[in-house]
Amino acid sequence: MSKDKPTYKEHRVEREWCKGCGICVHFCPKNVLALDQEQKVMAARPEDCICCRLCEYRCPDLAIEVICED
Amino acid sequence: MPVRDYLRERFFPHMWCPGCGHGTVLNALLRAVEKLGLDKNDIVMVSGIGCSARISGYVDFHTMHTLHGRALAFATGVKMSRPELTVLVPMGDGDALAIGGNHFLHAARRNIDMTAIIMNNRIYGMTGGQFSPLTGYGCFGTTAPYGNVDHDFDVVELSTAAGATFVARSTTYHVIELADIIKKAITHKGFSVVEVLSQCPTNFGRRNQLGSAVEMLETYKKQTVPLNSKAAQDAPDKIRRGIFVEKERPEYSNEYKKMIRTATGES
Repeated sequence: MSKDKPTYKEHRVEREWCKGCGICVHFCPKNVLALDQEQKVMAARPEDCICCRLCEYRCPDLAIEVICED
Repeated sequence: MPVRDYLRERFFPHMWCPGCGHGTVLNALLRAVEKLGLDKNDIVMVSGIGCSARISGYVDFHTMHTLHGRALAFATGVKMSRPELTVLVPMGDGDALAIGGNHFLHAARRNIDMTAIIMNNRIYGMTGGQFSPLTGYGCFGTTAPYGNVDHDFDVVELSTAAGATFVARSTTYHVIELADIIKKAITHKGFSVVEVLSQCPTNFGRRNQLGSAVEMLETYKKQTVPLNSKAAQDAPDKIRRGIFVEKERPEYSNEYKKMIRTATGES
């Protein structure tokens, strides 16, 4: 294990802000995210997250935050 | 998240449609500002009218929501009176290049120190999908039901010819690159133009059968190439991304200050 690799903690989602566009779900390189029954994003496979934060950067609703420990 | 410190959270969720690229432009802009460590009280954001212009309501900087196409004129006033402030001017394609076309050309010619971000969704989204100067030949809009006969501007060539000293293009798919380009544009001393291809799934996408926001982003991924790359050499027809112009030229507010000193005899 590289000492620089961040450790994943959680995805924080502002459910009120998420509009369910699915951009984060589609472009997640590790297929971590999914939309739930209310069409809001959730971390379905959090154990696969590599903390790249691309979901956080691409989210048009600024609704996702990936919490990682460096 | 430090980025959230720059938001007026009371106005969220924002008014943009699901999958609208403008939210991603806001996201990248805030990351650029956060990386530069700018104080929100040292930033002025001036916007005009349109979907894009609503961005100024969501940031906790000094903000002005002004007249259609006239954001750069108001921003010029701000910069001339308070040149120490960082001035950001996000505009839509119609706002910047149709109604505001002349302001845009002359702000670029003067090389006044501000960052113009053109959120190019190729349509007037807010008013229902009328064609804009960036819609392009053959594309559809409510005012072009049989296909548009107007040709579009190339924002990079237009800005370069008008004299902008920093000209770049990116997309809402290439978010890391976009944040980095906006950061460089803000740091650049002079008139900076960043064109961002930003998807409008509701009006442009639907009328041109481009699919969902996800599919429109896939198109940005496939149809653009980094400037001066091997991929660009192999695909002359694809849209170039990157920094096209980055040069030094005397900056307007600075030159004006010098002239006042000369005229008043101050050293």
